Amino acid sequence: MSDQALKNTPLNAAHRALGARMVGFGGYDMPVQYEGVLAEHRWTREHAGLFDVSHMGQAKITGADAIAQFQRFVPGDYEILKAGKQKYSLLLNAEGGIMDDLMAGKPDHDGLYVVVNAGNKDADFAFLNANLAGDATLIVLDDRALLAIQGPEAAEVMAKHEPALAEMGFMDSARLMLFGVDCFVSRSGYTGEDGYEISVPNADAERVWNTILEDARVKPIGLGARDSLRLEAGLPLHGHDVDATTSPVEAALTFALSKSRKEAADFNGAERILKELAEGPSRVRIALHVKEGAPAREGAEIADMDGNLIGVITSGGPSPTLGRNIAMGYAPPAFAALGTELKVIVRGKPAAAEVVATPFVATRYYRKPKA
Amino acid sequence: MRFTKDHEWVRLEGDVATVGISKHAADALGDVVFVETPEAGKSFNQGDSFAVVESVKAASDVYAPVSGEVVEGNAALASAPETVNADPEGEGWFAKIKISDASQVEALMDQAAYDAFLATL
Repeated sequence: MSDQALKNTPLNAAHRALGARMVGFGGYDMPVQYEGVLAEHRWTREHAGLFDVSHMGQAKITGADAIAQFQRFVPGDYEILKAGKQKYSLLLNAEGGIMDDLMAGKPDHDGLYVVVNAGNKDADFAFLNANLAGDATLIVLDDRALLAIQGPEAAEVMAKHEPALAEMGFMDSARLMLFGVDCFVSRSGYTGEDGYEISVPNADAERVWNTILEDARVKPIGLGARDSLRLEAGLPLHGHDVDATTSPVEAALTFALSKSRKEAADFNGAERILKELAEGPSRVRIALHVKEGAPAREGAEIADMDGNLIGVITSGGPSPTLGRNIAMGYAPPAFAALGTELKVIVRGKPAAAEVVATPFVATRYYRKPKA
Repeated sequence: MRFTKDHEWVRLEGDVATVGISKHAADALGDVVFVETPEAGKSFNQGDSFAVVESVKAASDVYAPVSGEVVEGNAALASAPETVNADPEGEGWFAKIKISDASQVEALMDQAAYDAFLATL
């Protein structure tokens, strides 16, 4: 990736005008921070942060067979998903490994709207193009930017622009006119906070970005804080915490396996996944508080109390909200029980760690009151 | 004060060099969240990794700008790593090193040369 020219999102000039420090990520020249990772992290937890996530892949899958075809490669039930909702899922290879994680929803009455990770999008879309059969067509929406506004004040900020957004609940998905243009909007994100992801035409991205930023409650947030926020929320990052060798059972993402789909066993990798569900996986994603020393980051080894190496950290770092070091990694299920004492080895030094539940920091998604 | 191309600084008093990372390096790292400084009595050769500084995002090695034996590591950084951002070329020092070869200090860049070096980056 590094030897290829980086691509720009439609907001590149806006980031530079804001004084962002830019880095290559997922093939794009992206803002890693504006004023500083810690300040941006805290601002998002306390107010509202605006993120450019236009590097992510957006697509529609349309046609009479769109859902049936898509479901061959994901373990979620999109037939029963109601219009106006979205659902997290996993793009699976034939071995049940996670090629990517994604959101797919029904914002309109025209198939599915899908958002995938930046670094995987070319491969994902090539795979879907090659494998979708029947009346199902992938339409890549590379004419669209994607903005995320996240934080406890995000809903109030956006209600000022469009009161209807306040009526959406967590994981609702809509297509509506916003800022005078055709947008896809979902009430979701990657921080553990309430908020929205807003897909806007490229030509309107900078205007929409600047309009949202006019509100003093909103600050631009870079990828550095996006990573520390998602880590606190216990959300895995593809390519780090999950990859094409990891099954949904190993990744502790079994909530993405719909009951009807497990019964039908009709998705890629179902054999391995159902076997692991029945017999248990050989490794499972765990969450750790690192109780002393330096942050344990990707690649640090995990040992049991006797010093036997049992696993590896896949992401970790300081939690600005908790003021302590947190991490995710893999270990055999025998070491996955909450409260299990382990060691993480950072630069040769073992440090005490304890298995804890995720999210590390309580999520604050907006659940609509039941009517 | 003298500087290395790896953005460490050295301030020599007698035969003891106080060393740290430059303001440029601290700004580039961003928020420092963890610092590991060497213990007194440890010896390092110029260019050895002798300390670690971590931002939210990553851990970075800090290289000994001169050879010698550590007289004192800055223990205050363990509980206040943010000092490295607030005062990198003062209170945010990493270690005091009893130097073994004064000519190593002389060979480093002075402030003007370091500023000129930064302008090329």
